[in-house]
Amino acid sequence: MSSKNLVVRFAGEGGQGVVGGADLMASAAATGGYHVLTFSTFPSQIKGGPAWGQARVSSEPILTPGDWLDVLVAQNQYAYDTNLPDLREGGIVVYNSEEFEVTGNSRAYGIAADKMAREAGNPLASTIILIGAVAQMAGIDLNAIEAFIVKRWTRGRASDKQIIDGNIAALRMGAEEGKKSGLSVTPLDPPPVHAEPRVMIRGFEAACLGAMAAGLDTFIGYPISPATTMLTFMEQNLVGKDKFVGQASSEIESIASLVGAGFAGRKVMTSTAGPGLSLMGEGLGLAWMAEIPLVVCDVQRGGPATGLPTKTEQSDLYAAINPGHGDMSVPVIAPGNPEEAFWAAGHAMNWAERYQGPVILLSEASIAERAQDIAIPDASKMKQENRVVSDGKVGNRRYAGDSVTPFPVPGGPGAYVANGSEHDEEGDTTHLPNIHVQMTDRRFAKLKVLEDGTFEAERTSASIALLPWGGSKGSALAAWRELIDEGVDLGWYYTMFLNPLPPALLEALQAKRLVLVPELNYLGQLAARLRSMGVNAQAITQYTGLPFKEADLKSAIRERMAAFK
Amino acid sequence: MSKRNALYDFKWCPGCGDFGVKVAIEQALARRAVENQESIEKTVIVAGIGCSGNLVHLQEGPQPFALHGIHGRALPIAYGVKGPRPDLNVLTVGGDGDMLSIGAEHIGPQARRNLNITTIVMDNGIYGLTKGQASPTTNVDVVTSTTRYGKLDDKLNPLMAYLGLGVGYVVSELSSRVKPLGEAIKAAMDYPGFSVVHVQSPCTTYNDTYAILKGDEKKGIEPLAFPIPDTHDVTNLHAAMDLVQGPRIPIGLVYRREGESVAADQRLLDAKIRTKVEQKSVDALLREMVI
Ligand SMILES: Cc1ncc(C[n+]2csc(CCOP(=O)(O)OP(=O)(O)O)c2C)c(N)n1
Ligand code: SF4
Ligand SMILES: [Mg+2]
Repeated sequence: MSSKNLVVRFAGEGGQGVVGGADLMASAAATGGYHVLTFSTFPSQIKGGPAWGQARVSSEPILTPGDWLDVLVAQNQYAYDTNLPDLREGGIVVYNSEEFEVTGNSRAYGIAADKMAREAGNPLASTIILIGAVAQMAGIDLNAIEAFIVKRWTRGRASDKQIIDGNIAALRMGAEEGKKSGLSVTPLDPPPVHAEPRVMIRGFEAACLGAMAAGLDTFIGYPISPATTMLTFMEQNLVGKDKFVGQASSEIESIASLVGAGFAGRKVMTSTAGPGLSLMGEGLGLAWMAEIPLVVCDVQRGGPATGLPTKTEQSDLYAAINPGHGDMSVPVIAPGNPEEAFWAAGHAMNWAERYQGPVILLSEASIAERAQDIAIPDASKMKQENRVVSDGKVGNRRYAGDSVTPFPVPGGPGAYVANGSEHDEEGDTTHLPNIHVQMTDRRFAKLKVLEDGTFEAERTSASIALLPWGGSKGSALAAWRELIDEGVDLGWYYTMFLNPLPPALLEALQAKRLVLVPELNYLGQLAARLRSMGVNAQAITQYTGLPFKEADLKSAIRERMAAFK
Repeated sequence: MSKRNALYDFKWCPGCGDFGVKVAIEQALARRAVENQESIEKTVIVAGIGCSGNLVHLQEGPQPFALHGIHGRALPIAYGVKGPRPDLNVLTVGGDGDMLSIGAEHIGPQARRNLNITTIVMDNGIYGLTKGQASPTTNVDVVTSTTRYGKLDDKLNPLMAYLGLGVGYVVSELSSRVKPLGEAIKAAMDYPGFSVVHVQSPCTTYNDTYAILKGDEKKGIEPLAFPIPDTHDVTNLHAAMDLVQGPRIPIGLVYRREGESVAADQRLLDAKIRTKVEQKSVDALLREMVI
C-alpha cells in the first residue's frame, strides 16, 4: 500500500525554526520531484508564542495545506497538546525529548535533535536531523534529499563542502533515529515525472513578477505584515534604468506618491495590508477622481485596526471596492493561489492602464506566504497594456468625452490640472450639478472596458452552485470534487475578477436557485454584494484566522443544501 | 486658466495675498523656461486644498501641468512625480493648514529625501477656505471660530521647524513683494535639493495682517517683518536659527546648506553606479527559482 500525500507539521515556538523546518521539508521534497505546498501560522512577535509550519508533499497537484497530519513534529508540550487533535489515525509524533517527555502514546518517538546536532559539531543542523527522521518514516528517498542538500548549499564558498557533508551526516543521523523508532506512516508514492521545468515560488514573488512582466516600473510602499515581502522584493529586483523603488513614511505617503508617479506617466504599484488600505482611502479616491492608473496590492490579514497581523482572512472585500468616501467602485482582482497571483498582478497593471484609474489586487496572507511548486509561468505570454497617451490634439481638455480618453503625460503636450475636486473637461474645479452628473457618469462608464474577466464554470446545469473567491478556492475545489464523486449535484463557478464581475458570470449566478459562497470573514462580504446584484447568495463563513479545512467546508455545503428547499 | 474657462467657479477675495504669489510664480516659471530653454510642460505644480491651492486654476500665460490633489498631501505627491521623473521641474503650493497642520508629517521625510522640489507655503495664519478657523500659525489669543475665547495653543514657528527638520534651503518672503518673491522662487528652484519658500500671504477676509507685517507709522504699529541684514551668513545653520527665533519675521534667504548633503537625484544615480545592478528579465528571475 502507498499514499498520495504526506502532511508534516513542525510545531513549537516562534524563533524555533518551525516555519523554516516546513519550508526546508517542502524544498527537499520538491527537489525530489514531488508537488509541495506550505502553510504557516505564527503570532506577531519575533521570538516565542505558539507557531507552526506545515508542508504537504504529494504525488499529485495540491489544492490545500491538508486537513490531517501524518507526522507532527512537536518542540514542546504545548505544541504537542494543541496540535495532537489534528493528527490522523495512524499518524506519528516526533517530539523534542530534550524539552519534554510523551508518555502513553505508542506512536510517539523522542529525538533530542538539538543535542545530537551540537554533539556532531553542527548545531544548526537539528532541523535536518528531524527531516531525516521524517523522510525515513514516510519512505521518501533519502538520495533525493541529499541531492537537495548539495544544491542548496553549493554557493561557491570555501566552506560549501564542509557544510554539505555536515548536513548529509545530520540527515543520515536522523534517518537512523527514524529506523530506531520502528514507526512509519504509509509510504509516499514515487514522485511524478514532469515534462516542463517547475519553480518553487511564493505568492508574493509571483505577484511581484507578474506585475513586472506587465511593465511595472515604479513601486513605493511602507512596511506592514504580510505585505512587506513585496516591498523588499522590489527593492532588490526592480532596478536599473528608469526603475524607481521607494520607502514612504506612511501609507498616506505611499498612495499619494503613487498618484504623483502615475500622473507623471509611470506604471506604478504598492503593497499593503488592512491598516494601510484604510489610510489609503482618500488617496484612492483621488486616483479615481483624477483618473490616475495605479495598483494597490492588499495582502489581507485578520480583523479591523491592528487585528491579527500575521493571520489570514478575506475581510477586506468591502474596503477594496469602496476604500473611501463618495461614489466610486474600485476594480478588484483576487487570485486564488500563487500561480494565479502572477497573472492577476499583470491583469491588475493592465486594467489600471486601460481604464486609467486605481485597481486593487486583493491577496491574502496564506497566498502571499505559501510556497508551492508550479510549472514555470511563461512571462512572454503576459500582455503589456499601456495607457493611450495624448498627442495634444484636444489641447488641455483631458476629461472631455464620456469614457476613457488619451492621457497627457508631463513633459509632453496637453498640460491640464489633474483634479481630485469635481472638475470640468480641463480639470478646473466646478460645482455645477450637470457637470457632476456628467463626470460621475464618465467615471463609472470607464469600468465597461474592464468587462473582459474570465471565469470557471462546471456542472452549469445544477440549480445550486458553489462560488468561492481568493484563497478559499483550493479548499472549495477539493470539497466540490469530493461532493461530485459522492453524487451531489452542485455547480462550480470561480473568477479572480470580483469587480466588475464578468457579466456572463453574473447572469449565470442570477439564474441559480442558490449560490453558496465560502469566505473567511464574519459578514459574508461577497455573498452580500451578490445579493445586492440579484443573486440568491448565502455565505459560508469562518473567521479563525486560518484557512478552511476541506472537510469542514464539505459538511457545511451539505448542511446548507439540505436546509434549502 | 480662469480667463479662458467660464465654468471655473473659484475666486480669491479682493486683496488676498495669494494674488501676489501667483504672479511671482508666473514670473519665475517664465524666467526658468527662457534660461533653461525648456517647455513649460516640463513643469508640474502640485497643489494642496485651501484657497491657496486654487492657484493652479488661476495661473495665466503658458500653462504648466498641475495636480490639485487632497488636503495636506502635496509633498508626497510631489515625491512620486519627481522620484521616478527627475527630468521634471516640480513645485508645490499650499496653505499653512495644508503644510503645517494636516501635512506637517511629510516635511521631515521630504527634507531627508532632498529631491529637487520647491515648496511654496502661503501662510495667512488662518484656515481660509473653511472660513476662518485657527491654524498652527495663528497667534495666541486671536479669536477665530474655533478659538472663540482666544487661541490657547502656542503658535508654530515654521522657519525654525523647517531648519530643525533638515530643509536645506529656506526662504521667508512677503506676498506683496512680488518681484523679489519671483526671484526667490526661481533661485529656490535652481537650488539642487528640497527648498521651502515660506510666504506671508495675508487673508483679507479672516486674518488681515498687512498692517502688522508692514507696520503703520500713523497708528504707531512697528513692522513685524524686517529685511535680513547683508551680514547674515546664509550657509550657517546656527546663524539661521538665531535669525528666525522671532517674534519678528525676517524676510529674505534664511539658509542655504552647502556641500554636506547630496540631492537625491544624484544619490539615486550614485547608488546605481555603486551597485552596478542591472534589471534582470522576469524570465531570468523565474529561472533562478527552478527546482
Ligand atoms: C482631509 C480633509 N480634512 C479637512 C478638509 C477641509 N479643509 C479644506 S481646506 C482646509 C484648511 C485650509 O487652510 P489652509 O491650508 O491654511 O489654506 P488657505 O485656505 O488658508 O489658503 C480644511 C481644513 C479637507 N478638505 N480634507
Ligand atoms: S478667504 Fe482669505 S485666503 Fe481665502 S481667498 Fe479670501 S482672502 Fe484669500
Ligand atoms: Mg491658511
